[in-house]
Amino acid sequence: MLAGWMPQSVSTFGGKIDHVVYLVFYIVGFFFLLTEGLLIYFALSSRRKRPRRAHYNRGDTPREAAWILVPALVILGLDLGIDSAGHRAWELEKSARPASAIEIKVVAKQFNWEFTYAGPDGKLGTADDVVVENELHVPLGKVVRLSLNSEDVIHSLWIPNFRLKQDVVPGRAIPAWFEATKAGTYEIACSELCGFGHYSMRGTVVVQTEQDYSKWMNDNVLHAANSSSAGQ
Amino acid sequence: MNVAIKPHPHASHELGFIRRYIFSTDHKVIAKQYLGLSAVMAIIGGFSAYIIRWQLAWPETSVPGWGPIGPDQYNAIVTMHGTVMVFFVAMPFLLGGFGNYLIPLMVGADDMAFPRLNAMSFWTQLLASSVLIASMFAPEGPAASGWTAYTPLSDNPVYTGVYLGQDLWILASALEFGAFLMGGVNFITTALNLRAPGMTLMRLPLFVWMEITAAVVFLLSVGPLIAAAIMLLLDRRLGTSFFRPDKGGDPLLWEHLFWFFGHPEVYVVALPGFGIMLEVMPVFARKPIFGYKMIVYSTIAVGLLSFVVWAHHMFVSGMDPRLATPFSITTIMISVPFAIIVFAMIATLWRSSIRFTAPMLFAIGGLASFLIGGVTGIFLGSQASDIYMHGTYFVVAHFHYTMFPVTFFGGMAGLYFWFPKMFGRTMNETWGKIHFWFSFFLFNGVFIPLFLVGIGGQPRRIYELSSYDMFKPLQSLHVIATVCAIGLFLVQIPFVVNLFYSMVHGKVAEKNPWHSNTLEWTLDSPPHHLNFPTPPRVYRDPYEYSVPDLTEDWLPQDQPPAIPATSAAR
Repeated sequence: MLAGWMPQSVSTFGGKIDHVVYLVFYIVGFFFLLTEGLLIYFALSSRRKRPRRAHYNRGDTPREAAWILVPALVILGLDLGIDSAGHRAWELEKSARPASAIEIKVVAKQFNWEFTYAGPDGKLGTADDVVVENELHVPLGKVVRLSLNSEDVIHSLWIPNFRLKQDVVPGRAIPAWFEATKAGTYEIACSELCGFGHYSMRGTVVVQTEQDYSKWMNDNVLHAANSSSAGQ
Repeated sequence: MNVAIKPHPHASHELGFIRRYIFSTDHKVIAKQYLGLSAVMAIIGGFSAYIIRWQLAWPETSVPGWGPIGPDQYNAIVTMHGTVMVFFVAMPFLLGGFGNYLIPLMVGADDMAFPRLNAMSFWTQLLASSVLIASMFAPEGPAASGWTAYTPLSDNPVYTGVYLGQDLWILASALEFGAFLMGGVNFITTALNLRAPGMTLMRLPLFVWMEITAAVVFLLSVGPLIAAAIMLLLDRRLGTSFFRPDKGGDPLLWEHLFWFFGHPEVYVVALPGFGIMLEVMPVFARKPIFGYKMIVYSTIAVGLLSFVVWAHHMFVSGMDPRLATPFSITTIMISVPFAIIVFAMIATLWRSSIRFTAPMLFAIGGLASFLIGGVTGIFLGSQASDIYMHGTYFVVAHFHYTMFPVTFFGGMAGLYFWFPKMFGRTMNETWGKIHFWFSFFLFNGVFIPLFLVGIGGQPRRIYELSSYDMFKPLQSLHVIATVCAIGLFLVQIPFVVNLFYSMVHGKVAEKNPWHSNTLEWTLDSPPHHLNFPTPPRVYRDPYEYSVPDLTEDWLPQDQPPAIPATSAAR
């Protein structure tokens, strides 16, 4: 039911996040239908058509209170179940730091995304780094590590298809990672109000097969790095 | 208990018009002033909602009655809508209005403990509202950094181009907090110290419990935000750098201070709304509240828990990821006391004898709608599913499903219910029912589509939704929401007509038209200045309806107990 509305999940941890969303959906859906059903049933069945007396009960004996406290305890148990399922998915996306050869520095600024790739030397933060604007190219089936930085205000990197959302805060380098499972072009949105151009702070992430990615890398990043260093 | 026996001067008869109705210290007049002020602010808040909804549905057209809007103006209107509705409509309506009117009457007091402080609270709130309205005419426009004013967007004026507007926004907020601090001190002191003889804490109407819990939560949470507001102002005007990373400050500090207040604030608004529903339901169900004490303890538990949940607004903020699960646990745990309150309300209706009057419809409709807001909160409280839902329209739909049911449905239940007491006349029932059914379906028509938009992943606060390809198919949902929103505004027109017409021409109300038990219904409608001609005495719980073996199906709190037949026979 939810799946029809959510964009397709194309990252390794996306399914785990969705699993928690579904778990919450079924649990709260059950309680929602139960409570609304009882509310409507009790209200309609108690409708006064002719004068009659209500049943006097104050619900203050332990026996009566149990009707409320026992379901509340069940809810507490289910709550903790949601917490624990959520914890595993959270740890995977936010705490795990799988090793990777691909490190990309992301710089958010009003109102653009800048993706910095290591140049021929394979290291970030050196003179041969290459910056690509608003278009993030990544290889399929490889762990990609991001370091999120902001030049001005708080932005938020939001890639719905990856189930990846992380605020980008000035003054911090916040780590993030993903591994894409399907080739294609997906949209990146900014999901934290960042000024008048917030609505247009759109980027794309292009997931390519390894060959296509290497070709793109050679044609664009490495070539650009060579030509700029040749020019110096 | 602490009511001093003193002669009743009925001083109001000697005061002139200005002292009686303008610079009054009578809590009932101040309450009406608060209600009026919140109604005026609701027009501003509602009109801003209309502009937002129109822009989202038909971005390429100019907004009728306003004109074309640009992205910076859109951000400003979104900011104003949130600020006005939370701080200048919901709080003055539910606390300033109903809290002020009812707490002294329900506990059996002549007035608030500090009548002049009460008046000062209102005048401060009026000043705060004026400053906020003035900020809308500031040279570079009003604040445009969202009602949450995240730093450094709100901190360094170069990022929004707004200078004076944001400063005035900070000032207006700080004044509003001051106004409700004064009000809150009064609520707590009055309810604890001015109760009539026999009115023990466990005989207080639940509305009073909810109002004082809300006041305590507000008092304890707002201090850090007032400090934060001053720090923000210092950053902007005197070059300090509490929140500016370029000079060594930390933007996350603002988020922590804001949400340490911001989340308890939800309960500051929600509890009084629940309190109204809890007063209305037993009267029209003719049945005692099920589990009074459970509700009281759950209310206190909600108040306590509300202080340790704030960081669920910050799961993806960049704070230490190890904090997520602890805050997930506390946040989702709030569902337990709330479930107890909700179940108790539902159990109150079991085998009752319901008259579906306008106030009862609003109370039940409010509870039915709030349930949607409650259960969808779990998606945002869970650290994992929040990664997806955070910052999307799902959040927008969720919090409107919590705030609107308590403020609008709860508030309307209260207005139709206590209108006879406040104005001495009764509102038209048929129009009240029409008002309810249209509002109920149209409200759901606005926000159910927005849940789906949020599940589709669309971020909030986006001026031009078509800038993303993936969200374009969701556009028709925005059109449905907007059409329903416009309908929702329109059905308020007959309500306003009914309200003012009934004040003058409504059926004259008796003292106790609904046959209720609480003390406010023992007084004339409307009650005189200084409320109780003779100090009342309380003998029992507030919800003794349909007590077996009595002819009447209600038993007022102040009715002396009949001498039991058994002891009389002895």
